[in-house]
Amino acid sequence: MNFGPSARRLLGRLRPDRAKVIGVVLLGIVSVALTVAGPKLLGNATNLIVDGFFSSKLPAGATQAQIIAGLRANGQDAQATLLSGMNLNPGHGIDFGALGSLLSVVLALYLFASVFQWLQAFVLNGVTQRTVYRMRRDVESKINRLPLGYFDRTPRGELLSRVTNDIDNISTTLQQTLSQLVTSVLTVLGVLILMFTISWELALIALVTIPLTLFITTTIAKRSQKKFVAQWAHTGALNAQIEEAFTGHALVKVFGRQREVTARFADKNDELFQASFSAQFISGIIMPSMMFVGNLVYVGIAVVGGLKIASGTLGIGDVQAFIQYSRNFTQPLSQLGSMANLLQSGVASAERVFELLDAEEQSPDAGDAVAPTPGPGRLAFEHVSFRYDPETPLIDDLSLTANPGQTIAIVGPTGAGKTTLVNLMMRFYDLDSGRITLDGVDITRITRDSLRSRLGMVLQDTWLFGGTIRDNIAYGRTGATEAEILEAATACYVDRFVHALPDGYDTVLDDEASNVSAGEKQLITIARAFLARPSVLILDEATSSVDTRTELLVQQAMRALRTDRTSFVIAHRLSTIRDADLILVMEAGSIVEQGTHAELLATEGAYYRLYNAQFAAPVAEGV
Amino acid sequence: MLLRLLLRYLRPHTRLLIGVVVFQFGQSIASLYLPGLNADIIDNGVAKGDTGYIIRLGLIMLLITLGQVACAIIAVYFGAKAAMALGRDLRGAVFHQVGSFSEREVSRFGAPSLITRTTNDVQQVQMLVLMTCTLLVSAPILAIGGVIAALQQDVGLSWLLVVAVPVLLLSISLIVVRMVPQFRLMQVKIDAVNRVLREQLTGIRVVRAFVREAVETERFEQANLGVTLTGLRAGRLFALVFPVVMLVVNVTSVAVLWFGSFRIDSGSMQIGSLIAFLSYLIQILMAVMMATFMSIMIPRAAVSADRISEVLDTESSVLPHHAPVTSLRATGTVQFRDVSFSYPGAESPVLHHLDFDAVPGRTTAIIGSTGSGKTTLVSLIPRLFDTTGGSVLVDGVDVRELEPDLLWSRIGLIPQKPYLFSGTVASNLRYGNPDASDDELWEALDIAQARDFVTAMPDMLDGRIAQGGTNVSGGQRQRLAIARALVKTPEIYLFDDSFSALDTATDARLRRALGQRVAGATVIVVAQRVSTIIGADEILVLEHGEIVGRGTHDELLASSPTYAEIVGSQLRAEEVA
Repeated sequence: MNFGPSARRLLGRLRPDRAKVIGVVLLGIVSVALTVAGPKLLGNATNLIVDGFFSSKLPAGATQAQIIAGLRANGQDAQATLLSGMNLNPGHGIDFGALGSLLSVVLALYLFASVFQWLQAFVLNGVTQRTVYRMRRDVESKINRLPLGYFDRTPRGELLSRVTNDIDNISTTLQQTLSQLVTSVLTVLGVLILMFTISWELALIALVTIPLTLFITTTIAKRSQKKFVAQWAHTGALNAQIEEAFTGHALVKVFGRQREVTARFADKNDELFQASFSAQFISGIIMPSMMFVGNLVYVGIAVVGGLKIASGTLGIGDVQAFIQYSRNFTQPLSQLGSMANLLQSGVASAERVFELLDAEEQSPDAGDAVAPTPGPGRLAFEHVSFRYDPETPLIDDLSLTANPGQTIAIVGPTGAGKTTLVNLMMRFYDLDSGRITLDGVDITRITRDSLRSRLGMVLQDTWLFGGTIRDNIAYGRTGATEAEILEAATACYVDRFVHALPDGYDTVLDDEASNVSAGEKQLITIARAFLARPSVLILDEATSSVDTRTELLVQQAMRALRTDRTSFVIAHRLSTIRDADLILVMEAGSIVEQGTHAELLATEGAYYRLYNAQFAAPVAEGV
Repeated sequence: MLLRLLLRYLRPHTRLLIGVVVFQFGQSIASLYLPGLNADIIDNGVAKGDTGYIIRLGLIMLLITLGQVACAIIAVYFGAKAAMALGRDLRGAVFHQVGSFSEREVSRFGAPSLITRTTNDVQQVQMLVLMTCTLLVSAPILAIGGVIAALQQDVGLSWLLVVAVPVLLLSISLIVVRMVPQFRLMQVKIDAVNRVLREQLTGIRVVRAFVREAVETERFEQANLGVTLTGLRAGRLFALVFPVVMLVVNVTSVAVLWFGSFRIDSGSMQIGSLIAFLSYLIQILMAVMMATFMSIMIPRAAVSADRISEVLDTESSVLPHHAPVTSLRATGTVQFRDVSFSYPGAESPVLHHLDFDAVPGRTTAIIGSTGSGKTTLVSLIPRLFDTTGGSVLVDGVDVRELEPDLLWSRIGLIPQKPYLFSGTVASNLRYGNPDASDDELWEALDIAQARDFVTAMPDMLDGRIAQGGTNVSGGQRQRLAIARALVKTPEIYLFDDSFSALDTATDARLRRALGQRVAGATVIVVAQRVSTIIGADEILVLEHGEIVGRGTHDELLASSPTYAEIVGSQLRAEEVA
């Protein structure tokens, strides 16, 4: 892990709120100054008490100098030295008037310190929340710019873990460390300055702790960092495993893999345990070490301070203040130390988020990309070649033209590259060579948004989001009216089954919606495309889960939809495509035959064989 | 909930916890001892000007400090171990529990929420335990020890404690009480972010095809804003805690000096005692603060604990029988006896009083329109759901009385959505039969008409499969799912509309090869196409959850108007040209 750069980058994410960050630092300076001044004044108060205590025991009328001289004359040198450091008023007790006003000042000081501290925390909270908010937003918008290949490679659970677990961790880290970081650093500085004003010798003792602290922290942190990186990487991997196991829940059971899946989970879970335990333990050493350093200073100051009191160079109140300062000095230091584990853990998470934000994006729209006004919808492939995997040949030098209003059917065995053609038309992937044009314009010169809004697509995999049926249909076009939604629903036979549902169009389709069957879901996706009114329609196995009676109805709707529209239909049921204007038969990435149904049957080639297989074979089957 | 969960899952780590308490105790005693020594130095060393005494006591202080550090490090070791082990055990328990769930419970919680509960929620509880072990355990020791030590110094000032501690506790609990609802919301909002994003990732092609990035961004924005606003509200309350604590601590120390000065003036208190009293007081209040600071974590962890317990306490609606039947005559008969089923909360049942037998060597086909309950019917056999009326028997035994593993080992399910797991072609094929040889895999691929494309993959059987099988086409996925079931060689095959993504030639070849392979098995086929089931031994026509016709293709043509209509629609479809 690159702690330094990643931490700096994380801090850099605060930049949009820099005015507030400066405000936080200023507020911090004020509240620290007030807090730091407190013990000094309290020290003065102690001195007042001590002075009064000794004064009251001394005979009234004598001056301090006379008394000290008297003591020395009696050979009580130590006592004399002790008293010489005080401000005595013999015969009088504690000056309660002076003490009272001094303590009132201290009270006011503390009150203000707390108010400023609160203001600082309040502003900082906003900064943290907004920073984390922006980070989530950036990740989401990044997802929209990543090429589809990225999602083929990365498990969903892993990505999700970065957005929830890692960002959540960053949020905790920022919240718990930022405010303390600011106040701790400022307190250390402030206290140090005040210490020097009281006694530079004692201050030097405290100063020694800084390099010591740095040395200990960096030595330990270096070791724990690796473990924190491992901890969050394991969390992501575990999340991916959980996501997959929960998604394929039924299969895991029926295939009797529960034990296996559990064992694999247990392994990963244990790895996570090992990593997080090591991380926490190693970084957990920092705080006790800081405590040790703190106590070292405490003892040092007590010893040296005691000697100085005895020698009369310092008052008891000063030493007492110093001891409190030494606590104020080492406490933020050990706080910084205890933050080390949070900070490291947070930076490790930040790095995982940055990694996602830095992932290579899909090629941006060309600078001169246009959003042409909708044309008639002529789509042409010109010598197109494409492979997902450079090693595996797929589409090679393919050319075809779909004229406006034509219905082009693509048939062929599974894996021949039919769906790939759709992926290329939609520009989900970029070509290796050749070009695809829409109304004569190379699609790489058209903005993706404008290209895709002109192509309507219904996929084999039905995808609906968790929302009502109405919202899912309305997904097809922004600003569709209720009447238009109903029209699409009626045309695609959604209306028919929706009426049977208790909540009608307000039925919520949840994650594994059990209230709506797979075929019904597909009808909804068709209605969605219907509503989009594209100039080119792509139906990739759109009716495979719809029963044939429904399909017949859908086809009538589709036929109406296809009028004046260029349509691509990929289908396995040849019945679906017999009325196509042009049928392309694909095999292994190239077009082996093309023509109308009648023409292709007459040639008795690949299409003829497919056709016969469909209508002749099943009757003889035993399945 | 939190306490119950912790008591139960920390029990195995009692020894570690005892270690934590013992060493934290040692550590706390040491830090309590230090201010006393300091007072001693001032009163006996400084006042008498005894330098040797000061140095001697200083060395003792250092020794104690060393012991304190050793104790603290050991305590951290035990604490980190106990907390992280708790996290591991909780994740394991939740994962295990979800494994026992039926589809009903999984869909009730929703997969995204279950995922958050297994990771993020456990994380919250785990962090609380970690913080408790490293910081909180010493707080009461420090506080009580501090009180005793302070009383030893001066009883006269102790009334200040009686005032300060409750004031501190009260003011902090007032804040914390207001934070709890925010934290509860927080986890719900995180769930929402997870759900929206998971949906977006699943449907990324559709999102892009419909140029709906902006809409998705807006949906995410809403979820994101939700978390942020909740976080802001919780954070604002949190911002109050520290200043309030500091104010109480500081005001108290001023009060100690003020009232202490009277006692010194009257000669009933030593100066060293005043300073020590002040140190102890600050220590006590710091301990109370630490405890309350930790208590900030408690609300969120408690909410998480509730969410975890909710999963752990949910009994699967499909429970294994208390005395299950563990062996069966291996035949594979499936019988439906007056079976009805309705989804919870649904008005009308999905299946009504179904009765039929599927026997080995015969193919039972189920045909019906979209939404007629076909998939539900199939799910009842492997007990993905339990019937709400009547019973499903396998080999004459009610599936609810069968040992689940035994039941599942009988069944080869090819689901409507052919989900594949991330891994390789081989790892997916061996899913139901880990010991299958490569030859067996190839044989299954042959039957499933998948040999060609697997051979074309650069690594063949070791070819990589992405999660869900998204890197192969729908038809390829379906054929791999069929091969996966074949490798298992079960007695009962359940094909749930498993040929829909196949082109017709492949479909025909596949079914011809399949016919020989599954000849002795019980086959239940759900289909849309008449051509798929035309040769079945018995066809059940399902309409609105009821069997409205049964018989062979020819019989049904004559007897069932619904069937005739389905056939008619498909023939018409073929003739429209």
